[in-house]
Amino acid sequence: MPEIRNYTLNFGPQHPAAHGVLRLVLEMDGEVIERADPHIGLLHRATEKLAESKPYNQSIGYMDRLDYVSMMCNEHGYVLAMEKLMNINVPERAQYIRVMFDEITRILNHLLWIGTHALDVGAMTMFLYAFREREDLMDAYEAVSGARLHATYYRPGGVARDLPDSMPQYEKSKWSSQRKVDKLNQNRQGSLLDFLEDFTKRFPAYVDEYETLLTDNRIWKQRTVDIGIVSPERAKALGFTGPMLRGSGVAWDLRKKQPYEVYDKLDFDIPVGTNGDCYDRYLVRVQEMRESNRIIKQCIDWLRKNDGIILTDNHKIAPPKREEMKSDMESLIHHFKLFTEGFCLPEGEAYAAVEHPKGEFGCYLISDGANKPYRLKVRVPGFAHLSAMDEMARGHMLADVVAIIGTQDIVFGEIDR
Amino acid sequence: MNEMIDNLLTTGLEIWNWFPADWQTLLLILGKIILILVPLMICVAYITYAERKIIGYMQIRIGPNRVGPRGWLQPIADAMKLLFKEVIIPTKSDKYLFLIAPVLAIMPALAAWAVIPFDRGVVLTDVNAGLLYVLALTSIGVYGVIIAGWASNSKYAILSSLRVGAQIVAYEIAMGFALVGVVMASGSLNMSDIVEGQAGGMSSWYIWPLLPLFFVYFISGVAETNRAPFDVAEGESEIVAGFHVEYSGMAFAVFFLAEYANIILISSLTALLFLGGWLSPFEGLVEAGHWLGASSFFWFFAKACFFAFCFLWFRATFPRYRYDQIMRLGWKVFIPVTIVWLFVEGLMIVAEVGPWAASTGAV
Repeated sequence: MPEIRNYTLNFGPQHPAAHGVLRLVLEMDGEVIERADPHIGLLHRATEKLAESKPYNQSIGYMDRLDYVSMMCNEHGYVLAMEKLMNINVPERAQYIRVMFDEITRILNHLLWIGTHALDVGAMTMFLYAFREREDLMDAYEAVSGARLHATYYRPGGVARDLPDSMPQYEKSKWSSQRKVDKLNQNRQGSLLDFLEDFTKRFPAYVDEYETLLTDNRIWKQRTVDIGIVSPERAKALGFTGPMLRGSGVAWDLRKKQPYEVYDKLDFDIPVGTNGDCYDRYLVRVQEMRESNRIIKQCIDWLRKNDGIILTDNHKIAPPKREEMKSDMESLIHHFKLFTEGFCLPEGEAYAAVEHPKGEFGCYLISDGANKPYRLKVRVPGFAHLSAMDEMARGHMLADVVAIIGTQDIVFGEIDR
Repeated sequence: MNEMIDNLLTTGLEIWNWFPADWQTLLLILGKIILILVPLMICVAYITYAERKIIGYMQIRIGPNRVGPRGWLQPIADAMKLLFKEVIIPTKSDKYLFLIAPVLAIMPALAAWAVIPFDRGVVLTDVNAGLLYVLALTSIGVYGVIIAGWASNSKYAILSSLRVGAQIVAYEIAMGFALVGVVMASGSLNMSDIVEGQAGGMSSWYIWPLLPLFFVYFISGVAETNRAPFDVAEGESEIVAGFHVEYSGMAFAVFFLAEYANIILISSLTALLFLGGWLSPFEGLVEAGHWLGASSFFWFFAKACFFAFCFLWFRATFPRYRYDQIMRLGWKVFIPVTIVWLFVEGLMIVAEVGPWAASTGAV
């Protein structure tokens, strides 16, 4: 009798569904997965080690590059840890701006997720629909920070700049006529808040559009219902957070359970699933987009009515205004010190976490009193999710592995760090 | 001037007569083949362009618009690019099978056109068993895919050919049964007779009495050509590109030519078998002699285009089935549906009820 061996398939690191550089060694019996062994480390950039050799404020930009689809939320976790260690207050306006951009980031992340997840399952049109909306939100990023992806916008004690009064405009070119440009610029006439308000009005209809394509689609349901079921107990034991945990029916959300910034003043709901399968996680994330939209609306209303500073006036941490620096000796010294050696954190350690679009994103800082962290440890949600790959994929078929990778919303920037 | 043309014609005729009679038939057939294949290849090239444009607009983007006016030359540029690329043969592949597989894929896709009537009497060979011939050839096409997957000696490719093998068996049966329904309705296997049997306006097309079979046939056709949502053989996000993952250059292009030729073939067959081919939908509705009521190649083309559009539309809309779900759909839904409907149809014909008996005319 011939020896029966499992079929070993090297899924990735170069693979259309590998979401970056996931290397998955699959042992299969025909098409059925017997064992899934994820390998990591192909995108390791030593962010944590790098942070040890740089002044605190210079590492903010590295945080953007961890989970490169939810940039500002990463910054938020890092900045929050520093603030906790320094025990400083953030002006309320800055808190609202942060919350608003956290939610914009959540929508950005979920849009990319819905696009790639659907693309993996074969519905490629979703991908381009999602990118249409992402474009508007990235314009908001650009307006506020100058960068469309890696914003480096949050600062310990607030945010870098106040919201702009005008939006960047499209310009006439060889390819687009004046009429086309005027149409594109139609909602860019006012301030950033006007632009975002217009977006929040349009967005629910877009989500309806995605749901028309997917939610009741029989093929979509066949591909996601009962795939990769995780029970609430297992989800907790595996260290799941975010939509992965809520999809299993556990209503755990740091925004509600450990409110940071101004989340306790805002009105929003936490969607939870019942079965803990891919379809439930899909529904949870879609609903989260709608909830985020609600939060953005409330933030816009508050920000319109209330003015104020957006960065702490403690110039040991935040740079003084440029005009002050030109005339005031002390400000000049502050400026010089901040941009050469940065600031020092008191000795001690702190852990701060935010509800990142993918789950709990936390930064654990140990300071020895210097201007650089003694150690920075980033707790990323994706790592725990990827670790459950074997458990989730076992017994399913090859095509389901793709759906499971999609539902885990894996981004290798954060897992490999 | 006229003299010159006359001279040319007479010399031409002399040369023609100089050939022996059997050579003349051979040359005539070759000419006809070229007359069919060249427009077909142009159609294949431009259906790729249409696909990119149509799906592009469905996905709120523009599609190819740089090569030539409005991107019209894009397929030609693609063909040129693929022609000049190296065909890489993997070291551990079965070299001969690797090279013969694309040929096996495209041969039946082109040969099936021999019995497709484009208009009344416009057909290369009007064989009596035309439908059987088409069914046989479309099944052979799968050998190219299976052999390609096997010869590549790649894990993704072999998975793909296993999937294709199983899928084609399931859908070939459903497709065959659907065609039996058409044969029962028309009482003939000859393509032209089947179309003529549907004469008499839109209401006498076979799509109405054979509605379930029409859906089964067209969906099986989509599955047969490995198109979305049944494209598990290619499965971009699962098995990368499936059976043609190791192919490059023209060998790769040939698979695509075969795929698109098959799309056009299935669209044309659906138009011929269920929608009355070249017969006008307005027959009997407008006064006799009006161009709308006259049957012509235009109607055949329009109907085939509609089905080809459906192929592209499906691709832009649906997620991909999983392999076992495709099998379930084939074996547990389509085959029972066809069997039941064949039974119903048989009863109706024997009992001489309704449109079923009327359409045969024989009973």
